[in-house]
Amino acid sequence: MKPQSHLFKENAKKALNDANLARALNNMKAGFQDKRRATIAKLPEFQDLRDQARDLKNHTLENLDFYLSRFEDRVTEKGGHVHWARTPVEAREAVLEICRSVDAKTVTKGKSMVTEEVGLNDFLIQSGLTPIETDLGEYIIQLRHELPSHIIAPAIHLNKEDVAETFRENHTQLDPNRRLDQVQDFTDEARAILRQKFQSADVGITGANFLIAETGSTVIVTNEGNGDLTQVLPKVHIVVASIEKTIPTLEDSATILRVLARSATGQEYSTYTTFSTGPRRPGDLDGPEQFHVVLLDNGRSALLGTEAQDTLRCIRCGACMNHCPVYGSVGGHAYGWVVPGPIGAALDPGLIGLEEAHDLPNASTFCGKCAEVCPMKIPLPKIMHHWRVKEHEAKLSPPRFRQGLAMWAWFARRPRLYRLGANAAIGMLGRLGAKRGRFAKLPLAAGWTAHRDLPAPSRGTFQQQWARHKRSQAPSSS
Amino acid sequence: MGQAQTLSGTVIVMSTARDQILGGIRKSLGRETSPSRQEAEARLANHPRNLIPQRAHVSVEERIELFVTQATAAAASVARVGTVDAVPGAVASFLAGHNLPQRVKLSPDTFIAGLDWDGQPTLETDTGKAIDSDLASVTGAVAGIAETGTLMLASGTDRPTTLNFLPDNHIVVLPADRIVGVYEDGWDRVRQDGDLPRTVNFITGPSRTGDIEQTIQLGAHGPRRLHIIVVEDAA
Repeated sequence: MKPQSHLFKENAKKALNDANLARALNNMKAGFQDKRRATIAKLPEFQDLRDQARDLKNHTLENLDFYLSRFEDRVTEKGGHVHWARTPVEAREAVLEICRSVDAKTVTKGKSMVTEEVGLNDFLIQSGLTPIETDLGEYIIQLRHELPSHIIAPAIHLNKEDVAETFRENHTQLDPNRRLDQVQDFTDEARAILRQKFQSADVGITGANFLIAETGSTVIVTNEGNGDLTQVLPKVHIVVASIEKTIPTLEDSATILRVLARSATGQEYSTYTTFSTGPRRPGDLDGPEQFHVVLLDNGRSALLGTEAQDTLRCIRCGACMNHCPVYGSVGGHAYGWVVPGPIGAALDPGLIGLEEAHDLPNASTFCGKCAEVCPMKIPLPKIMHHWRVKEHEAKLSPPRFRQGLAMWAWFARRPRLYRLGANAAIGMLGRLGAKRGRFAKLPLAAGWTAHRDLPAPSRGTFQQQWARHKRSQAPSSS
Repeated sequence: MGQAQTLSGTVIVMSTARDQILGGIRKSLGRETSPSRQEAEARLANHPRNLIPQRAHVSVEERIELFVTQATAAAASVARVGTVDAVPGAVASFLAGHNLPQRVKLSPDTFIAGLDWDGQPTLETDTGKAIDSDLASVTGAVAGIAETGTLMLASGTDRPTTLNFLPDNHIVVLPADRIVGVYEDGWDRVRQDGDLPRTVNFITGPSRTGDIEQTIQLGAHGPRRLHIIVVEDAA
């Protein structure tokens, strides 16, 4: 997909004024945060598992070339095919070639952020194929020609009324006066329609949560079962996965899976976790006749050995965005790329370039909640800070911001002058604002005062207050 | 790496996407071979277990209780019978309890297909893979995993995967001695059986979605109901 991250500020502003979006995002606290907390409280080993999961993935990344080759060997041994793709173009071409080789017309798809990243659906449509998303959220946004706004809940920005409108517009074969106001109504309707699609699809495309080097297995984790119907019914199963999904063994997958669902949806375990190893075997009554894995790099190998390497530990649970005050206010679309929220702010500049994405690492209050909830212990604020430094060095931040910072730095390196200036400025603000106690407008501070008043300082600078505090604490000489 | 000769006779090295990606990884990591390569080889050969949660370290009886509690919490229903002879009757009463037709598609494996189905004359049975019109299926499982109430099912020539996903109702017959503590125990059982099956499904409760307003709704695409029949003494 074409990134729109350079429009972040504009899009965030629009999102903040969207009352429907605010209502939809408001469901996240009960839907994600409370459930996660309750489930984690039941597993005393959770923090230790996070440490192990982090170490395990670090070890894997250190040996990624080795594990990837082993994965490839095992897939091939089991009768599957591995296709390497450096770029989205190569990934799309690989998928199309497979589809053409079996004369495919329709393609069902399980939810896959990597296929969103490479813009697979549009490409397949242009090439004359019909891709059908089968995850309920993805299906809804495909009908609406939208992009996912969350990596595990793609339609989280919508309310029931929006979905009802979309279904009425698209499912014109159904009674226009049917009831569509309970969640079950939508689920049943989509189920009935997609059942026919599963059965008639020529190719099924899924992503992968993990690639197991030991066995050449690909793993998907879902709740709906759509991923399984996608891969078991058609003649061909294509897995599109990025290279960092690799982990060493089945036992290692058990460890990471213990933290995945708990962090994502607050479930103890997702409903379906499926390990696929090669195509249908002699005598099997069902299963795909062909099994293909398209491995995408698209800039990931270049992140190894850099300050952003830790982002490659991400298992796409979404916990960071579920707990982020910025994501919770602007939603996922404002970020302008497939991976939004704190992990997007840390990962996207590395994958789509700093010039495109430099606003994202600034869309953070640095409250640290994202790193606190990340099951893989990715130091997200630290990586965002790294990108901010890079942004400054590359002169991508606004000139006035850089000038202001340079001026502040000049003073900060001269403590006496700094104190003198600060005392004078704070004293003046204190006197000017003494009457109302706050400012509705101030020169150079429009970014703050546009949204809230600035309280007038009433007790001097921090250093002045500290000095007073010290004096009052000093033991009185008797 | 492939080599090609140009018309002028010079040999150029054609680097494939594979070589470039793997080479790029080595370059970024600043080394040819990882210092922990031996550790990686050993890891694949020995597949060691990592931290195992305490909750599964319990007596056999408590483990079965934990499985039932966890499976129920995940919205599966559980029935417990004494011996395999009682299974067909338990299947019939599950169907009756939900006003479903007395008709099931059985997994062709000897354990399931070999049960005394004729003892339930009102129950119509058929074996094979699932088709769209099947409303209920009956399968076995490799293991039941107590830590999260999860079933582990493996595909095979007599165990088609579609039975686990297409029918609205999935009934799983689980001998109590197949209830293990953790996922790793389940993998041990699969490894004992030899070659890794094409498909291994971990199933925890019936299909669900939270995609509309974060409200959990059962029966998204897979089975609306998951019913587990635990057989205390399957010998």
